[in-house]
Amino acid sequence: MMKASTTAIVLRYVALLFITLLTVGPFLWLLSTSLKSGSENIFQYPPVLLPEMPTLDNFTRVLDSQPFALYLKNSLVVALLSVSANLIFASLAAYPLARMEFKGKNIIFIIILSSMMIPFQLLMIPVYNIAIGLGLQNSYLGLVLPHACTAFGIFLMRQAFMGIPNALEESALIEGLNRLQIWWYVLLPLVKPSLAALAIFSFIAVWGDFLWPLIILDDPNYYTLPLGVNRLANTFSMDWRLVAAGAVFSIIPIFMVFIFSQKYFIEGAVKGAVKG
Amino acid sequence: MFKNNNIVAYLFLIPACSILGAFVLYPMLHAFFTSLTDYNMITESHFVGMDNYRQLIDDPFFWDALINSFLYMICVVPVLVIAPIFLALLVNQPLPGIKIIRALFYLPVITSLVVTGLIWKWVYEEKGILNYLLISLGITDTPVAFLTDPTNALFSVMAVTIWTGMGYYMVIYLAGLQSIPRDLYEAAEVNGVSKWQQTLHITIPLLKPSIAIVSVMSSIAAMKVFEEVYVMTQGGPLDATKTLVYFIYQSAFEEFEMGYASAAGVILFLFTLCLSLINLLILRKK
Repeated sequence: MMKASTTAIVLRYVALLFITLLTVGPFLWLLSTSLKSGSENIFQYPPVLLPEMPTLDNFTRVLDSQPFALYLKNSLVVALLSVSANLIFASLAAYPLARMEFKGKNIIFIIILSSMMIPFQLLMIPVYNIAIGLGLQNSYLGLVLPHACTAFGIFLMRQAFMGIPNALEESALIEGLNRLQIWWYVLLPLVKPSLAALAIFSFIAVWGDFLWPLIILDDPNYYTLPLGVNRLANTFSMDWRLVAAGAVFSIIPIFMVFIFSQKYFIEGAVKGAVKG
Repeated sequence: MFKNNNIVAYLFLIPACSILGAFVLYPMLHAFFTSLTDYNMITESHFVGMDNYRQLIDDPFFWDALINSFLYMICVVPVLVIAPIFLALLVNQPLPGIKIIRALFYLPVITSLVVTGLIWKWVYEEKGILNYLLISLGITDTPVAFLTDPTNALFSVMAVTIWTGMGYYMVIYLAGLQSIPRDLYEAAEVNGVSKWQQTLHITIPLLKPSIAIVSVMSSIAAMKVFEEVYVMTQGGPLDATKTLVYFIYQSAFEEFEMGYASAAGVILFLFTLCLSLINLLILRKK
């Protein structure tokens, strides 16, 4: 490629800097507010980004007034259960759809695919009634079940399995492995990148989910972080320092996960694009 | 290979299919059925035919919500289809530090919408930082009531949806950009075609499939907006930000008019179904 002129490069960096400010600025403002002490005016003109006397007071006050450690635990439990269920069920179902011939294969696949088009906002009313009927209100199982298997996951894993050469599976069959063993020992290790992408994709969805927990929970002991933050905002609507501290507390885990598995986040997003 | 293939295949499918059946397919049929009843969780439910749908047509609040949702789509989708292309072009260059910048652009995507909503509610405060910036840049004299003025509120919420979506659609375009063969640009370069012309005549046309996908995805997402509204405005002021999903939520879980809410849900489904079918047609063509 031709070398871009210096002005062009400078212009690009200016544009990038502007957009970075637009993207990261609100986060920094939130962080700054959460670190400001009670004696500092958070509405002062002009606004000050660096707190005069940075303090973790707001965080301790939030943790004292609301069980944020519990919210964090709930979020982690629900996310881990949902992601593992999703990975197992989706890759189980994807195996025959990708690599076996059986009666009704096409119709089953089409039904699974078309279920992707049904918005949860239509399903939430009957799913709520079913969950209540099964006694799943205020339980981890109730939070997890609607996320436990996604048609998108099946679709993604089917694509991954279809790319594996037949010879591998045939030689495993000759060696006397059964289908479940083949699935576990031969196929799954070969689709690790897709599993990782699916894991990340469903993790973001569950971690940020608000509507379903909002409907199915009324006991704060089962609140996940988004509900906890919302509750905090309702309790302390006047005190932005505390709201900001709670919000910062709730983003830290997902930002950490993001830093360590960036590649898969991006892959998950791209693969998710076929979903629609 | 094996004779009992059928049974083995079904065994593998059972867990996934029972969950999808119980939490997607059966509920869908149930939602259609409920939309034909006056189910409200308290009194016994009766079959009422198309009454709920007739009532919806006469309900000015439903029309407000529907119009708000369409307005949302009309305003948000063009921005989310076009702006991320430029963003992707900008970060697709081999500049030092570009990987970090790309990652930063993705942060709003992974942040839960509740937190995003709160961040922006704080930024939008009357004496908040955005008003300070606008006033000191001379764009406005008096603070803007972003979320408390009915004429501004919907647009302020839209801006948050756009802020959240940018990074996501940027990544999709980035994948599209990287699949364009390099030699096309090299050939253009040899023939003295300017960078801008290359973008216009090579990049944009070859990006068409991605553009189509982003259009449909962002339209469906716009029809389903809920969290931003719930956290920032609760549908107000004066119902100015009440969207279709917010309407469904309120009817179902605040007024417990489950039958009525289901009817509105079915209408939402019909709209998103049309959009999904368009998506399918596009993918088929590809």
